[in-house]
Amino acid sequence: MALDRWIALVLLGICLAYGYAAWFTMDGSLAPFMKRNPIWPSTFPKVLSVLGIIACSVILLGFEKAEVKEADIDYRRLGEYHLGQALMLLGLMVVYALCLRPMGFLLSTSAFLILGSFILGERKWHIMLPVALCATLVVWYLVQQVLGIYMRPLPGFWGG
Amino acid sequence: MLEGLLIGLQTAFSIQNLLMVIGGCLIGTFIGMLPGLGPMSIIAIMIPVAISMGDPSAALILLAGVYYGAIFGGSTSSILLNAPGVAGTVASSFDGYPMARQGKAGKALTIAAIASFAGGTIGALLLMVFAPALSSVALLFHSAEYFALMVVGLSAIAAFAGTGQVAKAMIMTILGLIMATVGEGALFNLPRFTMGIMDLQSGFGFITLAMAMFALPEALFLVLKRKELKGGEGEIKDLRITRAEARAIMPVIGRQSIQGFFIGVLPGAGATIASFLGYAVERNIAPKEEQDQFGKGSIKGLAAPETANNAACTGSFVPLLTLGIPGSGTTAILLGALIALNVTPGPRLMIDEPQIFWAVIMSMFIGNLVLLILNLPLIPYIAKVLAVPRNYLIPFILFFTLMGAYIGQNNATELLLLVGFGICATALKFADYPLAPLLIGFILGGMMEDNFARSMQLYDGIGFIWERPMTLGLLVIAAILIVLPSYRARRAKYRADGVSDGD
Repeated sequence: MALDRWIALVLLGICLAYGYAAWFTMDGSLAPFMKRNPIWPSTFPKVLSVLGIIACSVILLGFEKAEVKEADIDYRRLGEYHLGQALMLLGLMVVYALCLRPMGFLLSTSAFLILGSFILGERKWHIMLPVALCATLVVWYLVQQVLGIYMRPLPGFWGG
Repeated sequence: MLEGLLIGLQTAFSIQNLLMVIGGCLIGTFIGMLPGLGPMSIIAIMIPVAISMGDPSAALILLAGVYYGAIFGGSTSSILLNAPGVAGTVASSFDGYPMARQGKAGKALTIAAIASFAGGTIGALLLMVFAPALSSVALLFHSAEYFALMVVGLSAIAAFAGTGQVAKAMIMTILGLIMATVGEGALFNLPRFTMGIMDLQSGFGFITLAMAMFALPEALFLVLKRKELKGGEGEIKDLRITRAEARAIMPVIGRQSIQGFFIGVLPGAGATIASFLGYAVERNIAPKEEQDQFGKGSIKGLAAPETANNAACTGSFVPLLTLGIPGSGTTAILLGALIALNVTPGPRLMIDEPQIFWAVIMSMFIGNLVLLILNLPLIPYIAKVLAVPRNYLIPFILFFTLMGAYIGQNNATELLLLVGFGICATALKFADYPLAPLLIGFILGGMMEDNFARSMQLYDGIGFIWERPMTLGLLVIAAILIVLPSYRARRAKYRADGVSDGD
């Protein structure tokens, strides 16, 4: 089964779960006066879930013939692309998300930028370091001072 | 109208707004040149900046500047490298790249700039005429018609925006609508579908979703498939064009500005279709001997798509500013930014906030002028800068998407959501599911449900559909658009490698 049909299957699951929540779980807790309304909070979701299930089934059952064509990236040969780099970058983003608060903005951002270009194969440290540090400082200055959004600059234990 | 024009001029010519136009155009040109990064990514990245400025006119001017700057930059990379950054400029590479190969890169860039300028300017003039007219009609609309109009818009997007499969685009639209129902709606004051998670109480963040749908997958695609950029052939010199050439492209520009504008007004069509159609039309009506030149460096073949895509970009502002219904991914993002700034585009915009409406139109003229006189001479230098930085660029793009999501919500959970959605969006992109309909559905979802609920309440049930002929008519059109997918096969052919989903 091709990837687009797998995705349709997953989406069908989402639509079914959503439909179940809309049809069977929402109306019970509705206040009595709201039941006299022609529209309930669940009305629109009910319509959507039905439409979604229909659309997913159209793809899943192959009613609409997809023409096979050369895609931008062929997912069947994913290994031939720079998959490792992409995955490492995604991992780096997750680590960054987790570190941003405890490590402080300045440390985690400069580390992110340096490691990001390192993962992509850059080894010119004399360019990487200044670029990352300057960018971090400039962005921090802009966000904190110009836009006025607080971001803890340094780790908590350094008093940041 | 004269009064409006003067208000617009006054607002647009403030120092701050002039800087916004210039800055937006430069940033847009710079990013639009990068193959693979479309205007939607860069606009998504710019939104937090625009929103935190707090001034809706300035924000919209900045974002609009970025938009046409990106289209302009996209045509530059189509001409110089045969690597269009934006789907709307693919057609420009048909004749632009051969011209560059023949050593006429400078001339090609000038023609592209003049054609873009003329297309954008004539488009803005048409916008000035048609938007007020359309919005006075739209004032007669009832919430039932609004609901129907949104259904038409969404189905038109489903019918035109994908690459040949209506069902996929429909799923994405419905998924967007489903995501819009998560959280607390204004109408019912009830949390829905939050699964008890507090962070979902206010729904999904629009910026997070926009970044995850466009910026992140495009950046990942850049990592996965590295295209080595070869420098343009030879130097960019001799930017002049002769009088005879100017006379040859004049009628092309005239025709394509008007045609492109009206295609841009249609929801879901936009710059890509306008540019291909413009190219095809001009080739068909050209004299026989010139027809053979198309594809080998014809100046008409370059001027046509360039004019049409810029006029279409301007045209796509018509439904946004008059009806509050975005017809493309880019205008959907603009709509989201405006709502975040507490401005609701729609027919009342021109009456309630004339300075925003007219300032945006005025800034379009200024922006086109900026692109012509400021960017054109700078192009050789900007193009040089782009040869350097792949390894630096991608971490920065990722960093800016993260920062945008973080600034929007000030919440680190949002960053994890961003990465999660980004991975889902990349998988969807692999399987050729169009992503723009999802975001448009997400943004329109809330408004659509509100209008639906209002008309249900007014008519005490579903009766509004057959009691109001206009609503019924619009819904019938929507159904036809979904059922009639024959337009779409044509569109699929035009997809080229490494091109982001244009607008």
